Amino acid sequence: MSEIEPVKNMISITIDGKEYKAKEGEYILNAARANDIFIPAICYLTRCSPTLACRICLVEADGKQVYSCNAKVKEGMEIVTTTPNILEERRAIMEVYDVNHPLQCGVCDQSGECELQNYTLELAVDSQSYSIPDTKRETKNWSSVLHYDAGLCIVCERCTTVCKDMIGDSAIKTTKRGGSPLDKSLKGSMPKDAYAMWNKLQKSIIAPSNGTEYTNCSDCGECVAVCPVGALVSRDFQYTTNAWDLKRIPATCAHCSSGCQIYYETKPTSISDRREKIYRVTNEWNYVSLCGAGRFGYDFENRDAKKDKEAFRKAIEAFKKAEVINFTSVITNEEALMLQSLKEKFGVKLINREARAFQIFLDFYREYSGKSLYSLDFKEVMASDFVISLGTSLRNDNPNARYAFNNVQKMNKGAGLYFHPVGDNLVPTFGRNILTFTHKVGHEEAVLLLLIELFSNKDDLPKEVKEQLDREKLIELLGGDSKFEASFAKMMKKKEKFSLIVGEDLYFHPKAKNIVKLIAILEKTSSVKVAMIPPKTNSLGVALICDLDDEAKGYTIGYNALGDFRLSALGDGDLDAPAMNQQEGTLTNMHKRVTPTNVALEYNGYTLHDIVKELLGSSTTYTIDWTPKLPVDKGFKSIDFDSLPNGYSNDGTENRGYLLNNITSEAKEIEVDKFDETIALDGDIAYRCNPQRQFSDFTNKAHQIFEEFALYASPKRAESLPKRVVVEFDNGNLELDVKVDERIEGDIVAIPDFKSSKNIYELFGASRYQKVIIREV
Amino acid sequence: MGLEKFKNRNVGTQNYKKLDLTHPPKSGWCRFKQVASRTFKPELFVGLWVTLREMINALFRGKMHTTQYPLEKLPISPRYRAIHEMLRLLESGHYRCIGCGLCEKICISNCIAMETRYDENQRKEVSEYTINFGRCIFCGYCAEVCPELAIVHGGRYENASEQRASFSLFEDMLTPIDKLNLQQEYQGFGAISPNADDNIKKTPLAY
Ligand code: SF4
Ligand code: SF4
Ligand code: SF4
Ligand code: SF4
Ligand code: SF4
Ligand code: FES
Repeated sequence: MSEIEPVKNMISITIDGKEYKAKEGEYILNAARANDIFIPAICYLTRCSPTLACRICLVEADGKQVYSCNAKVKEGMEIVTTTPNILEERRAIMEVYDVNHPLQCGVCDQSGECELQNYTLELAVDSQSYSIPDTKRETKNWSSVLHYDAGLCIVCERCTTVCKDMIGDSAIKTTKRGGSPLDKSLKGSMPKDAYAMWNKLQKSIIAPSNGTEYTNCSDCGECVAVCPVGALVSRDFQYTTNAWDLKRIPATCAHCSSGCQIYYETKPTSISDRREKIYRVTNEWNYVSLCGAGRFGYDFENRDAKKDKEAFRKAIEAFKKAEVINFTSVITNEEALMLQSLKEKFGVKLINREARAFQIFLDFYREYSGKSLYSLDFKEVMASDFVISLGTSLRNDNPNARYAFNNVQKMNKGAGLYFHPVGDNLVPTFGRNILTFTHKVGHEEAVLLLLIELFSNKDDLPKEVKEQLDREKLIELLGGDSKFEASFAKMMKKKEKFSLIVGEDLYFHPKAKNIVKLIAILEKTSSVKVAMIPPKTNSLGVALICDLDDEAKGYTIGYNALGDFRLSALGDGDLDAPAMNQQEGTLTNMHKRVTPTNVALEYNGYTLHDIVKELLGSSTTYTIDWTPKLPVDKGFKSIDFDSLPNGYSNDGTENRGYLLNNITSEAKEIEVDKFDETIALDGDIAYRCNPQRQFSDFTNKAHQIFEEFALYASPKRAESLPKRVVVEFDNGNLELDVKVDERIEGDIVAIPDFKSSKNIYELFGASRYQKVIIREV
Repeated sequence: MGLEKFKNRNVGTQNYKKLDLTHPPKSGWCRFKQVASRTFKPELFVGLWVTLREMINALFRGKMHTTQYPLEKLPISPRYRAIHEMLRLLESGHYRCIGCGLCEKICISNCIAMETRYDENQRKEVSEYTINFGRCIFCGYCAEVCPELAIVHGGRYENASEQRASFSLFEDMLTPIDKLNLQQEYQGFGAISPNADDNIKKTPLAY
């Protein structure tokens, strides 16, 4: 099937006398790991570039000493993982790391999962041969979440590497430590690599790269996750518990459609309150990178819910008379299927605006491309070397789509095109080969026409498309300049895999249908393949499972949404429901994968399953009894929840749940509309877009996520606005504080939709952009 | 001594000797006679006199032979494991516990619980600490594992209480600050061995 990565050529190598298979062009370290062979390594991060900071990964390849994280396997290569000389180097390296390292494992948060502890023991360092005067290194709080204890830092550069190569903020870097220089005589007397490592270590320390005390970054916390020692710890977690006291619950993040693998780590709240509490969220950081919402927005549970019989009776009554169920995409596949069953049995209408727009888009896509799902998942996007983003505010909509965009630049010598009406000053910093186009709202079709012009084989194009391909005019229209051609030629050098990321702007677009047609043509006539960002957490699952309605009136049940009778996991409804960290079930993520999530915290109230069971008289005991019933004709598989795997194997293969089947059908003949440039919006424009780290009422409930429900504007625009404004839409007004988002450029302002009570979707209607009047209160 | 005798569990063939007991009185009159003679024999007063004499000796003549518990208690070995104490640093008076959680982890009856936090001085503060003495089996592991010799076993062995489970909080176990000068260094389980210095390798230092 197309979405499984083509197996690269396998070659044979020998490690410590035994023969193994390895992927061609892979680093020795990764090849060894894939074959379950241990080579010590500290500074290397899978999916990021090797930094050669630790040098402990030394091996001998064909008789030569190499760094296994940086040397690639070759056919027939003979690798020896330990020689007396290498052992001597490794031991010296660990001794050096222990020089002046504070003896504070007793209080250190990393204790028990510290790589410095582990390798010191692994290499049996029981004495110290080196010494140097210590340098005063201050503890700093870099941001609302980051706590850096320079005294513990071993300058492995994992944090800076992940921030640059994966996250893209490049918010931290190594800087001068001001430590004493090494004794020159050591150069000859101590092992060579250990000396080189120490020499560099003694000179550097980590600091925010903007020269201030604060990182001012995305606060994703990925640097905290990768830090092998206790140097980087989240401020909230610091000194609150020991790693070994925490219970790890494998789960799927509930906040955006990336559906990242996470562990909720729990322990009793306190001595007097023995209920479990989530202390932190961790991840398999070698294979998945979280954002700040996933990492820090974990305490959104519905804690005090009880089985309220009276409320339950009312709920049953409400469901019986309900004409409409209004719900969000923060819902499991199973629950979505329950709602669909209610629709089938009682004829209620199902309303979910974001999923509905995406559903229509997917339906068009199936019609015109013959595939039930988009072509690429975001791992494949990450493996491409030319990535294009259209119709999404990459930084806000989906952190992992943005990580992929960034990672392509850093790891694959890639290039990128970024088309969006809202200027963003972070994206261009991802790499040297990025061009950004701040085009007019409504000119998305022109972007696709340009892409067809740039990438497609012109002979295969329908006539009415060919007619519209006026290269110069399109470039000009989209805000490109005369230097475009030269830059583009440079960008295209040695590129093989092209990917296109599209997002919510296109689903909420008056010309969505024509846009899908253009995408289908682009895919058919070029090597550009598309990946779509589902608007919210489980929008893809809901779009596949539910038969959603466009409009509905009448008595409405709101499930975490507005309604006459409200089921709410936020604890403010007529009947309590469990939040995502109190539920088991599956979610469908943007990687087209159905992933399981588990119960981290107890929940004592009623669930949707209880209601549905009562209404349908079904014989199921748990919500997860619905897992095998997910619709196979939509690509789901009939597998029991308890047999779904949840993890990664050593070679990085993702074994979480299963991949959806991409079902093919006959593609329709395509007839493209003529592009009308006059549909562009002018004047004051508001864009429905959340601040980074905010996705829903649930992230908003979490105590470490504080981004407000406000109007976000570029610094320049914010200056010209009063502190508090009224935003007038066609169908209503909104009063908001004005906040600066330093990464926005241009005049378009962003208005969040994360609070369902504000009914922002209603205000924006069928488009993500609206003409508004902004005035003083 | 051989064990053969004990291994023979066949009671019937063992060498028991029957005591020559007088036969119990048969008639009612005989029974009355036995009661009367036992009641009025002077042995009773002999016994009472012995008791009285010893009481007078003990109370007024200073010839006490027993420990006057609870007024007096016998000294116990430092290795005795009674109710825990939390020691302080002698210099600063700060509690020794660093909140490492090792005692909590090692406790086999799972009766230690603690809360820690990041304090204003950038240190790990033990904000609450408790041992459930209803479950504690006084195994001494906590004292042995403690890297700071902070938690130790004290000599207070009276732990009768109205409830089966009784809790002790940090302050209950902590050396009162005004009694710091009376704090004894711990000699028992987990204390540093007398030859500890010989077992340590020196670390080169560059200052
Ligand atoms: S970073 Fe590791 S070695 Fe250093 S104090 Fe913490 S646990 Fe100990
Ligand atoms: S803070 Fe942690 S990850 Fe960063 S260089 Fe120091 S030890 Fe490495
Ligand atoms: S929190 Fe994320 S963005 Fe900020 S410095 Fe760390 S890795 Fe970089
Ligand atoms: S919010 Fe999205 S990107 Fe962030 S951790 Fe959760 S699933 Fe991943
Ligand atoms: S082992 Fe000692 S220092 Fe550690 S928490 Fe227990 S009492 Fe405190
Ligand atoms: S892991 Fe290879 S140099 Fe650090």
